[in-house]
Amino acid sequence: MSAAVETALAGAQTPVDTPAGPNRATGWVWFGRKLLGSFATLMFMVVVNFFLFRVLNPHPERTLARGRATTPEQIAALTHKLGLDLPLPEQFLVYLKNLATGEFGISYQYSQPVSRLILDRLWPTVVLVGTSTILSIIIGLWLGTVSAWNRGHKFDSITTTSTITLYSMPEWWLGLILFTVFAVGIGPIPGLFPIGGLISPGISALSVQGFIDQAWHLVLPIVTLTLAYLAEYSLIMRSALLDEMGEDYLVTARAKGLRDVLVRRRHATRNAMLPVATLVSLNLGFIVSGAITIETVFSIPGLGLLTTDALRIPDIPMLQGTFFVFSAAVVIANLVANLLYGWLDPRVRV
Amino acid sequence: MASLLEINDLHVTYRTAGGDLPAVRGVSLSIDAGESLGVAGESGCGKSTVASTVLRLQPKNAQVSGQVLVAGKDVLTMRWGHLRAVRWADASVIFQGALHSLNPVQRIGDQIGEPIRLHDSSVSKAEAATRVGQLLEQVGIPASRGRSYPHQLSGGQRQRIMIAMALACRPSLVVADEPTTALDVMVQAQVLGVLTDLVHELGLGLLLISHDLSVLGTTCDRVLVMYAGRVVEEGPAGRVFDDPHHPYSGALAASFPRVGDPAARFAPAGLPGDPPDPRSLPAGCTFHPRCRLQTAECQLSDPPLQIHGLSRPVACIHADGTNMKTAAEARQRRPDQPVELAAGTGSTPTRRGGRDEW
Amino acid sequence: MSSASAGPDPAATSVALTARQVTWRRRRESASRTWAQFRRHRSGIVGLVLLVFFALVAIFAPLLADSSGLEVTKATGPVLAGPSSAYPVGTDENGRSVLTLLIWGSRVSLSVGLLATVISMVLGTVLGIASGHFGGRVGGLLFRLTEWFLVIPFLPVALVLATLLGPSLLTIAFVIGLTSWPGTALLIRAQTLSIEARPYMERARVLGAGNWHQMSRHVLPNVMPMVFANTTLTVAIAILSETTLSFLGLGDPSRTSWGTMLDHAFSNGAMTLGAWWFIFPPGICVVLVVLAFTLAGQALEELFNPRLRDR
Repeated sequence: MSAAVETALAGAQTPVDTPAGPNRATGWVWFGRKLLGSFATLMFMVVVNFFLFRVLNPHPERTLARGRATTPEQIAALTHKLGLDLPLPEQFLVYLKNLATGEFGISYQYSQPVSRLILDRLWPTVVLVGTSTILSIIIGLWLGTVSAWNRGHKFDSITTTSTITLYSMPEWWLGLILFTVFAVGIGPIPGLFPIGGLISPGISALSVQGFIDQAWHLVLPIVTLTLAYLAEYSLIMRSALLDEMGEDYLVTARAKGLRDVLVRRRHATRNAMLPVATLVSLNLGFIVSGAITIETVFSIPGLGLLTTDALRIPDIPMLQGTFFVFSAAVVIANLVANLLYGWLDPRVRV
Repeated sequence: MASLLEINDLHVTYRTAGGDLPAVRGVSLSIDAGESLGVAGESGCGKSTVASTVLRLQPKNAQVSGQVLVAGKDVLTMRWGHLRAVRWADASVIFQGALHSLNPVQRIGDQIGEPIRLHDSSVSKAEAATRVGQLLEQVGIPASRGRSYPHQLSGGQRQRIMIAMALACRPSLVVADEPTTALDVMVQAQVLGVLTDLVHELGLGLLLISHDLSVLGTTCDRVLVMYAGRVVEEGPAGRVFDDPHHPYSGALAASFPRVGDPAARFAPAGLPGDPPDPRSLPAGCTFHPRCRLQTAECQLSDPPLQIHGLSRPVACIHADGTNMKTAAEARQRRPDQPVELAAGTGSTPTRRGGRDEW
Repeated sequence: MSSASAGPDPAATSVALTARQVTWRRRRESASRTWAQFRRHRSGIVGLVLLVFFALVAIFAPLLADSSGLEVTKATGPVLAGPSSAYPVGTDENGRSVLTLLIWGSRVSLSVGLLATVISMVLGTVLGIASGHFGGRVGGLLFRLTEWFLVIPFLPVALVLATLLGPSLLTIAFVIGLTSWPGTALLIRAQTLSIEARPYMERARVLGAGNWHQMSRHVLPNVMPMVFANTTLTVAIAILSETTLSFLGLGDPSRTSWGTMLDHAFSNGAMTLGAWWFIFPPGICVVLVVLAFTLAGQALEELFNPRLRDR
């Protein structure tokens, strides 16, 4: 483990005085600690990112030269150009410095700065993953809530059976199925949606027509990812609510004369959201996996496709870059989930 | 004028996987305005079930028959809309275990204020907030604590929050279900003090459920003693505690000895055996297997609650005043005299209280 | 490491034997009780039946389909032909019977899934117990480490590792095992903490039991049911991961698994050619196996976790 992690760790574990009782300062200290914890995690990712590539693959220049006629001099020149002749700690420092300035190196494959390629490919992924995540949370929580309140009824058994089947399904296989049925068409069903890509040829991405065309291209991928993500939210929400239903404070709420709808909405749901928030924050990596595989299936030129393309070369700087972006996204999303948890549950804000 | 609360021949049976479980078997009671009635008994005697039916809060698997009239109207047959209007506005509940009965993620002020605006939509947010502040002050908690969450308060404070919440809609009847059970003795006294002061001050009717007859004796006007789902004795609170007529009341009274009464230290306290399993109640008087007065006759039929030449109703064939050897009498004996009680009961330690009921 | 046994004293040995017999009897009884409870779970039984079915298919694959049907050079069937009497599930792009591929694929998918699970469970259990047992800096560090590994996005790491280590079944199992242990570790850690608080642990410490003795004799047997239930759920995830990695082209090219079948189907454009028989069946097999492990695992979890029992 490197010095950076040790420092970060020490920082994250410094005991903080937390005064008891309702105190505005407590909230800020808690917030600061969460922020620091996320930063430590990010630093850990940075270190993993460096060592994963350098330790497991100590001679990227050979990988790069593979399959080409190269002289030892060329290899040496390449080694020097990539900064691989420096001692490891120095390489790490250079890597850190570059990272701080948003510099991920030059892609072997495209001979362009990795950072620019990533920026170019970022938005399809953000749109795809963002839309699916929001839709799946809304639909998943709704399904879970309704089936918990109608436990044992037809709606519940249908929902639970389908969500647990969806949960057991590789999301990209679902994509393949939807693609085969709705984009290509099977039997009497005609192909409705475009077969892959993000935009039809000859249309400007910036025009109104281009916007509609891109949205149309994204329908199937978004439907696939939404279905894949919502299964888990729905299952967790259902079991969390069932857990919550036996609680005494719900009897209090009913005794006050609240309608069942209000008892659920005001009292039960918020408490049931707590385990949901925890589990969601633990499963954020799953969202990234979905982006990679679904972009591959539907040939959407986003970060996921960039990653799988880079694997074939292998384009090490590109992989490092996308890996860092994915990790950072997960860490930030994790922080958001943690803060959300704190907002939902005052008991953890200490 | 109709009683605040009138319960007529209430039967409650829980349908469980292990068979039907008759929890309440024909209970009748009534509370007039400004009157406080205590219900005493061991864990599982059905006293909390009776309390839960007042606002029709019994679990879904409970089958109920009889009448529960709140302000003259039967809550058991009411339409849901009407029932919701009666809940908290006509009668409110102080639940046991405030930690679990309060929503952990809502500020206590909001929880107290919730029923106010629910039952009277003309109250503005600011008015409700003022009222919440007053309620908090009434139970001895600074109004500023309304912004706290339940976990930030002590057990006694939480229970007082429950009291403030129960008074939010100015009900005429308050049902307190073991309001002090989970608290230690000092805090118990404090919370009970707050409760009884407010009840008297506001002239409310109170239905107080407790396993502790001594608490009921000091806070209530009248007391019911329940055993295995039935009322076995009813009367003025102090009298039932000092001079119990039913042998079960006697045992219950003796299990809470009065501090400073030297005789109580030598009197046998408690009761042998466990309360009967409601699924297979003993034949005849349900109490006879544990009763020190039992005779062959006791196994023949369950005695009804009736006045036996004494001034109050008792469900015991031996309660004609001649045969009663109560703990109260034992208390008056000199310590050096042998206590005239069935062998084997003498050293039974005080039975567990109602704490395990929730 | 302290130990209670005191050498070859015959009396002590016989007592130890009876004690062991008692222990085993108790274990047998609790196992039969668990089975009786498990049988009441309809979904758990469905899962178990499915599992037995796929296990039998995997074990008896050589009897069900000749392995020569896997060799591309010996394939005689038409290319990407639909289901027929000769090829009940059609053929692939090389003219091999999809049914043969499915049957042999079950071996690879199941064995990689199980191997990955073993790696993940050993890592998760050891690190979970250790981080729960050791307080202070060591435990804290292990806990942090677990949390960090939990946040690392699985697929990118697995892809990179698999690329760098070269495609093989062992690599895939290793990569999945290495990236899926943190969830188990956190669960086991929580369970360990609750066991550490029990009085008999205090007693063991007072009697001078060493860390190893405490962890192996007291904590481990108590977390085993939890580990067992979690294993079943982890296999489901491991099989899903294996399929995904193989689909992305990181599987062993010489071995057929359901994932590599789908990879071939995808890269040969089975979707646009309408060759649904090459796409649907492997995925259905994956879904059924994963579903089976999930259902059985959930049933076990409910048995061993009293909090969940009343659902």
